[in-house]
Amino acid sequence: MNSPAATYDLGKLHGGLRLPAEKTVSTSLGIQEVPVPDQLILPIAQHVGEPAHPIVGIGEYVLKGQLIAEAYGSLSAPVHASSSGKIVAIEPWPVSRRYGENAPCIVIECDGDDRAIEPPEDTAPYNTLKPRALRQMILQGGIVGLGGAVFPTGQKLMQATTLPLEYLILNGVECEPYISCDDLLMREQAAEVLGGAQILMHALDISTCYVVIESDKPEAIAAIGEAMAELGDKRIVLKQVPTIYPSGGEDQLVQLVTNLEVPSGGLPTDVGCVVQNVGTSAAIYRWICEGEPLISRVTTVTGPGVRSPMNVIARIGTTIADVIAFAGGYNDEAEQLIIGGPMCGKSVTTDRVPLVKATNCVLVLTEAPVYGNEQPCIRCGECALVCPIQLLPQQLHWYACADDEKKLRSYGLTDCIECGCCDLVCPSHIPLTAAFRNAKVRIQELADEKSRAERARLRYESRNERLASENELRELELDQQKEAARKAGPSAIDEILKRRKRHDEDAE
Amino acid sequence: MWTPILTAILIITAIALAAGLLLSIASGRLPGDSDSVIDKVDALLPQTQCAQCGYPGCRPYAEAIVSGEASINLCPPGGNATIQRLAELLGREPEPLADPAATVAAVARIDESRCIGCTHCRNACPVDAITGAHQYMHTVIRSECTGCELCIAPCPVDCISLVFAA
Repeated sequence: MNSPAATYDLGKLHGGLRLPAEKTVSTSLGIQEVPVPDQLILPIAQHVGEPAHPIVGIGEYVLKGQLIAEAYGSLSAPVHASSSGKIVAIEPWPVSRRYGENAPCIVIECDGDDRAIEPPEDTAPYNTLKPRALRQMILQGGIVGLGGAVFPTGQKLMQATTLPLEYLILNGVECEPYISCDDLLMREQAAEVLGGAQILMHALDISTCYVVIESDKPEAIAAIGEAMAELGDKRIVLKQVPTIYPSGGEDQLVQLVTNLEVPSGGLPTDVGCVVQNVGTSAAIYRWICEGEPLISRVTTVTGPGVRSPMNVIARIGTTIADVIAFAGGYNDEAEQLIIGGPMCGKSVTTDRVPLVKATNCVLVLTEAPVYGNEQPCIRCGECALVCPIQLLPQQLHWYACADDEKKLRSYGLTDCIECGCCDLVCPSHIPLTAAFRNAKVRIQELADEKSRAERARLRYESRNERLASENELRELELDQQKEAARKAGPSAIDEILKRRKRHDEDAE
Repeated sequence: MWTPILTAILIITAIALAAGLLLSIASGRLPGDSDSVIDKVDALLPQTQCAQCGYPGCRPYAEAIVSGEASINLCPPGGNATIQRLAELLGREPEPLADPAATVAAVARIDESRCIGCTHCRNACPVDAITGAHQYMHTVIRSECTGCELCIAPCPVDCISLVFAA
């Protein structure tokens, strides 16, 4: 079959690094399926935004695919049961997330039957639905960005449609070392990925879709190319980009493919683009066309500390311990467990944490992290050369140390994507990214404090106003009473006093 | 010989009068300078309205600072960070906190089983963060509480305590 040739072109991207890929260790096998575990741990907050609200009680029996926590608030995503079983607890459980250790989770004890909920009967083909209804439906599937940012997809689409759009970009770049789950997904589920792209184009009313893949994934490019030839959809174009970290970042990818720069503090929609991960696209296809919500995902289990690195498809809520055991377990040199890739991932201290929608990689390293060999900044400027968003990390580090909120903002800390490039090239081993993460939390806290103070001030002022007006009213009444007494004259007062005296005598 | 000198004096007097008139009109129309300084100072204060500075709220304290009556180191919830910012704004020397009691972000909590509904705490709250009616149980609106502690002393049954703001 002749596949459409991938076009190779790119806009200009500042900085970035060519990193050793380390991907081949995990791509020799196909995607392996992890059996359903005895217990599933489902955090209610697996996405950006408000945590979902549980709608099941303890002891309740749930089916695979059943809604167990519904979206709450303006930015949220629902959670579905990944297998059938009994709800045994809703309690805090260790999780891997950026801040904090524990988070409320719904714990399901699986019965092993894996009985699925009846799919709804009125499944009209997606292209007969109105784009708006389709977007609403995508929201209900619990689908979030599977590249790692876990932004609720439905809401992303709804926000996107408020602006004029031109391109849908499917992100198959996967530039971080070790991770290969999108690569394998594209090789094995190319048809689903493209099916999802068609659904997305319909939901967004867009007529151009770029599928972007890094040049170090020839198998994925071939598989997508073949599936495209079979589908014959002229709207979908395959694009190849060179292997540079972090070209898979949303804004970076937009710049690479369209040569348009996403403004500071803006979104790709500001330049007419919507970026979706290829895994998200496949998940949308499965939800819309097969009625299966997001209850499993492909994850790379890899690193020098794992016996047999591979890509697995596992139910959301399976513990990392189970996933690693499936991949042959730890070898003797295993030292550090990281959820996510080596650049953006988070080190965790326990493998009891569950695999969540965001988990694209489980990495076991053989070297313990080294702390304390940090030296003073020598102002070499390497960090500024590699920064993909053209920030000045050395200046930012300076201001982060000084806790200078104003300067941090004006030097664009909030635009930092925490890619870790500056960390890696720093000859003084300064943990810049960690410092920026902390500084971001800090300036967010300051902003919260400020808004709280402003609210308190308003309440204080309105209370003072209320007290003043109450006082005025009371004085007015008093004046009126005095006036009435004065009008009645002294004889009336004598009369009242006499009456009072008589009353007291009667009582005696 | 006197005419040019007289003309010069007249012209300069006229200019001075016109400028004076303009300035006096401008000062009447534009907002007063001290008011805007008070606003700026008030914006730097933490707005807990706790009265620990000796003034009945943050705004009165800001007014006192600007009039030179109070020093800038009387605000325990603001701590040294606030003193630093005030010093920068007003061009004064930063001083150490007058009463360096440890302050942690906290909110009041009413033990509702012991509350008798006397309304004393409700009336003491500077930001209307306590709700409840006479002879009915009262409660603190956590999101609005500034942790000023002003409700604790008036409570006749001692059922209010400070808890960490989660």
